Amino acid sequence: MSEPLISLCEVSKSFGGVQALAGLSLTLRRGEIHCLAGENGSGKSTLIKIIAGIYRPDSGSVLIDGETITQLDPITAIAHGIQVIYQDFSLFPTLTVAENLALPSEIHAGRRLVRWRHVHQLARAALARLGIDIDLAANVETLSTAERQLVAIARALMSAPRLLVMDEPTTTLTGREVERLFAIVRDIQRQGIAVLFVSHKIREMFDISERITVIRNGCVVAAGAIGEFNEAALARAMTGQEITAEGYRWMPPPGAKPRLEIRGLTVPGELQGIDLRVMPGEIIGISGLLGSGRTELALALFGLRPTHQGEIRVDGRAAALRSVQQAVSAGITYVPEDRLTEGLFLTQTINRNLLAASFEALSRYFLIDFARARRASADMIAEMQITTPSGERPVMELSGGNQQRVVIGRWLMRDARVLILNGPTVGVDVGSKAGIHRRIRDLAESRGVAVLMISDDLPELVQNCNRILILHRGKIVEEVMAEATTEAILSEILKALS
Amino acid sequence: MRLSVLRRSETVIALVLLAAMLLIGLINPAFWNLANLFSLARSNVVIGIMALGVLTVMISGGIDVSFPAFAVAAMYLTVRAMVAWDWQGVAGPFVMATAIGLALGLINAAFVYGLRMIPLIVTLGTGSLVRGFLLGVVGTSQVNIDRMPKSLIAFGSTELTSLSDPAGGHFALSAMLLIYLAMALLVHFLLTHTMLGRGIYALGSDGEAARRVGFDRRLTIFVVYALAGALAGFAGLLHGAMIWLANPRDFNGLELDVIAAVVLGGASIFGGRGSVLGTMLGVFMLVMVSNSLIIMHIATTWQRVVVGFIVIIATAATSWRDRRRIA
Repeated sequence: MSEPLISLCEVSKSFGGVQALAGLSLTLRRGEIHCLAGENGSGKSTLIKIIAGIYRPDSGSVLIDGETITQLDPITAIAHGIQVIYQDFSLFPTLTVAENLALPSEIHAGRRLVRWRHVHQLARAALARLGIDIDLAANVETLSTAERQLVAIARALMSAPRLLVMDEPTTTLTGREVERLFAIVRDIQRQGIAVLFVSHKIREMFDISERITVIRNGCVVAAGAIGEFNEAALARAMTGQEITAEGYRWMPPPGAKPRLEIRGLTVPGELQGIDLRVMPGEIIGISGLLGSGRTELALALFGLRPTHQGEIRVDGRAAALRSVQQAVSAGITYVPEDRLTEGLFLTQTINRNLLAASFEALSRYFLIDFARARRASADMIAEMQITTPSGERPVMELSGGNQQRVVIGRWLMRDARVLILNGPTVGVDVGSKAGIHRRIRDLAESRGVAVLMISDDLPELVQNCNRILILHRGKIVEEVMAEATTEAILSEILKALS
Repeated sequence: MRLSVLRRSETVIALVLLAAMLLIGLINPAFWNLANLFSLARSNVVIGIMALGVLTVMISGGIDVSFPAFAVAAMYLTVRAMVAWDWQGVAGPFVMATAIGLALGLINAAFVYGLRMIPLIVTLGTGSLVRGFLLGVVGTSQVNIDRMPKSLIAFGSTELTSLSDPAGGHFALSAMLLIYLAMALLVHFLLTHTMLGRGIYALGSDGEAARRVGFDRRLTIFVVYALAGALAGFAGLLHGAMIWLANPRDFNGLELDVIAAVVLGGASIFGGRGSVLGTMLGVFMLVMVSNSLIIMHIATTWQRVVVGFIVIIATAATSWRDRRRIA
């Protein structure tokens, strides 16, 4: 067992009466991959910022190499070899890759002038260390998220760190990018660098970490070697509640007619002859690699592929889906993947966000019936179980899971018959995720909504869908019943496609 | 390599500028007269020097609309002081005007940094204050050519070459161009070859990331606004020296022209983007268009319409460019 690199002893921190950390102790050893697990709001970010020297603890001490550091500020932290890669990567989008890599170390070297040749040399060496190839002259804004992350990692490694803190590094990556990232993390570890991997994705923690510390409400609730945990125990520790993992069992209601029927749906270059029947109350999972056509299927159904060919029927009636307006009036609703950035008006109230798509339906002669609108949104807050003291609070005050419910709730107010969800729980923590899944099932069961759930999260599909489709190159290549499959089988199918 | 040259905004602006020159030359062949070109070059100087300051502020993610007020204050105070003390100098007065602009710029910086105020509001306020004080406290009377210090007039009329046209007229290339070019080189060096300059881009690109990496936000903001003020003060007095007149109501509405030129030169309103070369091209474009309107005897009121169009088209073009990059 290697020596401790950094230890936090009984660290507390509060912000305006809110206790973010309450006497938390944590030890990171040299060269280990340590996972810090916890839900949103558990105190993970505060903990990272204390290690990075951005926040000073109210009480408690920080030890590096066994010595107490009284004044840990960002410069001291960096001098002790602590590097943090934040979720936003802290890169400069309008500057080149070379500058993004080299400028920080040039500042710390106290340079006044920029030596461009040197900057390029430094940058080239930094990328070479990770064995990656990215155009040094490209502006960072032109890179993909995964490439930006690699730049951020390469930059962090330039200062010869001893501890690399990665804040939720996999949130925006696809499955294959996550694997590549893990390979790089293991490689970093081989260079003797400790990694603190902050995450709320249980599956990943088992893949990558050696030791785990779980925090909740600012306290350590469980800690130990990875072998001492199993998934259920970890989920229980993170959420403080038992999360049932019972699959969605659906029986066709007697005499039911299909809610959605698709025959020969084709979009040149994207989809080829998709046939699909969805009954009321069914939850259909859709997966596939990036570019498989799964998102395009959703877009076509939502009227965003006006040139599509083929026949689409909703409740037996042919639906012309040449525009979003037509799709919405046919009862089709789509919640896109990037709803947090594009779907919500963050500074506006919950009520307004819920009603945003329904004002037309709630108004008469251009005037909004406010009494009706208020009732409708209060009902929806109750139905979606959005935790808030009042519908008049701004949406940005809500947790990620509650924000998600606002978006889904907004579209349900329009009496959706077909609900298409793209990555419904991306970036949501375990507890809220279970809540959202529960709501989606309720909707399918009680309202008879036909749900199409597009996701990369295979456990999510297996657990919540009754049927799962796999798309590849614009075709449905596999259709399985959820009860007859497992995540491992699906994962094999997907691997075989790539 | 070839492609990357073509992709640069400066290349695009230069091509547009060339096309505009050819078009104007077709409509009005007098455009290509050396006399006209020399006078065009001369008109670049004052706006160009101011634009260098505005460019720096805009790269840092800020905006400055107070600089015309600072320029006129620096010019008028300095000229009035020269008249009052019968002060015949060149270097001294320019130091004074620059210092006045710099001090006023520091006030902007103090508000923007210290109180975290929005630069547009701060500079609208300080600009209005300075203009008001100037007219209310210092005076409203114009210093005309008869009272204008001789040393300034002589300096402002320095020529590089002097030529005569066949009709016997005299025209010359103003030596003030050299000052403009020198300042442009200095600002270019600051922006591209110093860590401070890259810090200005970094701050405008992502302020939070700049702080985490260790760029000095306070230093950067103070340098940027002080530089804009100092350049405005200098350009103000230079303007007085070149037109032999100190009018305390001068430079009204100039902020729009200069910001238009800077945006036209490829700088982003949102910060993090822009270059000295692009700005110089943008300034040239703007000056050339207004100049040509005058040659074509189009009323000056219509020039405002043209400047308005240029601002909108240039901003639309840059935001289209930025959207493409984000997507």
